[in-house]
Amino acid sequence: MRVARVRRVRGRQRVKHWLPLTRLERPSVVRSTLSPQAGRGKKQWPGHCMGFWLGTARGGECVNYNWNWGIFWDQTPDATGTYFGSLMSGLQVTILLALCAWFIAFVMGSLIGIMRTLPARWAVFVGNAYIEMFRNIPLLVQLFIWFFVVPELLPGDLGIWIKQLRNGPFIAAMLGLGFYMSSRVAAQITAGINALPKGQRMAGTAIGLTTWQTYRYILLPLAYRIIFPPLTSEFLNTIKNTAPALTIGVLELTARARSMQEFSFQVFEAFSAAAAIYLVLSAVVTIGMRILEKRLAIPGFNEGK
Amino acid sequence: MPMITIEKVSKWYNPQFQVLKNCTTAVEKGEVVVVCGPSGSGKSTLIKTVNALEPVQAGTIMVDGLNVTTMKKDLPKLRSRVGMVFQHFELFPHLKIVENLCLGQTIVLGRSEDAAKAKAMKMLERVGLTAHAQKYPGQLSGGQQQRVAIARALVMDPICMLFDEPTSALDPEMINEVLDVMVELAKEGMTMMVVTHEMGFAKKVANRVIFMDAGEIVEDAQKEDFFGHPRSDRAQQFLSKILSH
Ligand SMILES: Nc1ncnc2c1ncn2[C@@H]1O[C@H](COP(=O)(O)OP(=O)(O)O)[C@@H](O)[C@H]1O
Ligand SMILES: [Mg+2]
Repeated sequence: MRVARVRRVRGRQRVKHWLPLTRLERPSVVRSTLSPQAGRGKKQWPGHCMGFWLGTARGGECVNYNWNWGIFWDQTPDATGTYFGSLMSGLQVTILLALCAWFIAFVMGSLIGIMRTLPARWAVFVGNAYIEMFRNIPLLVQLFIWFFVVPELLPGDLGIWIKQLRNGPFIAAMLGLGFYMSSRVAAQITAGINALPKGQRMAGTAIGLTTWQTYRYILLPLAYRIIFPPLTSEFLNTIKNTAPALTIGVLELTARARSMQEFSFQVFEAFSAAAAIYLVLSAVVTIGMRILEKRLAIPGFNEGK
Repeated sequence: MPMITIEKVSKWYNPQFQVLKNCTTAVEKGEVVVVCGPSGSGKSTLIKTVNALEPVQAGTIMVDGLNVTTMKKDLPKLRSRVGMVFQHFELFPHLKIVENLCLGQTIVLGRSEDAAKAKAMKMLERVGLTAHAQKYPGQLSGGQQQRVAIARALVMDPICMLFDEPTSALDPEMINEVLDVMVELAKEGMTMMVVTHEMGFAKKVANRVIFMDAGEIVEDAQKEDFFGHPRSDRAQQFLSKILSH
């Protein structure tokens, strides 16, 4: 059984090489060529596939979708490794992108969040404007701006150099996602600082700390602890929001799952795997953050519930 | 020269609301001055102007001969020499008791860790809390926290101390442990400005009493005169209310 399936998959791959198909036509035409149950010559769009899949799940009668969980160990057409390996390299990019973007989000978010709590009016204004701008433009648009527009705006040579960078998409995604998330982090930081009793700032000032020292030694250590849970959830959002980076050519996890689907036609396996990997990643982060939160808890202040 | 001089000080929170009205007074070296008055009369605001925690729009405040109202760069240094104790203690909850006492010493005064710690332990012994040095503020009672707050001010070797209702957030059975520390301090000759409704404390250690109402200093008298025969009606009313039981 298993052998047969694999062979069929191989067959499909060969089919793919015979037919000079456009991207959109490929899956449907190929499927109708290969599967007798499908309406002959009639085009099928992914919606139909979903129908079959649901039918399978309910009635147990497999219409024309060939499940093949062994596909992950098949070689990819570019012969660089297995599909599993391809997904893992996507996962690596996803993690790296999330970490780099989070670094920007955390640093810029902290700066802007702090600015909005300073006594100076201009600082509050600048902070508010920053947040409104980066929070209210859709992430996808911001990615496109960083990738397509910003290099054009830079002076000649620099722009060309940037466009030719091999990891240009990654850098654009890192900046786009980082600044987008920084607006959300900033809002959290402001909320955390404002949640502290007014007297804390005064007590710091009264023993002779400067404004910066008051933040560094008193307000920030407390504020970060208070907003630890929402910050964790912003970090999880950062991980999830790496997916749109595929639109500017970053080969992260979703992009890898998509290319696996395109080459192998095992659409459900590919995206189930991607979904499962995202879930596991989130679970690991959540558990790690819980442990860290417990470690940072202060007796008599925010320990336990 | 007085330790603290407050001269014709006025402050507005907004153009419609004047919280301090032309306040003038002075605190001599070694003097203990109690500030009292109804809630909302501006006592906290007045005491916070002394170390410029609250800015003022008119008037002059001098501390130890330095003009606080025009000072900018040297403010932190000056504040470190003026001890301040708050109604709600305001200990730093993420730092152990001993760390609370060391922070200002190391960062503002530039003392070494060891010197700061030695000083902190000495001061904790003085307020009777040596055993709690390694605890966090949230693990202490209110009275204990306020004594730590006093110790935190004292480790900076202050030239004067400001207290803003130091006992009014405390359960009654804890008030005396805090007042005892303050009486002790007064006896040692510390210059103190104390906002409080504890008239027992005022009668025992105050040299002078300032009575405020609606942002004005209504009375500024020697303790004996204030309690014996207050001049203004408002002070009389206030005293009869507060001493009625
Ligand atoms: N930040 C502020 N903004 C506006 N009004 C304030 C502010 N702080 C205090 N006030 C007002 O100033 C008045 C004096 O306050 P305060 O000095 O705290 O009085 P007291 O300590 O005598 O009770 C009160 O009416 C209070 O509502
Ligand atoms: Mg008050």
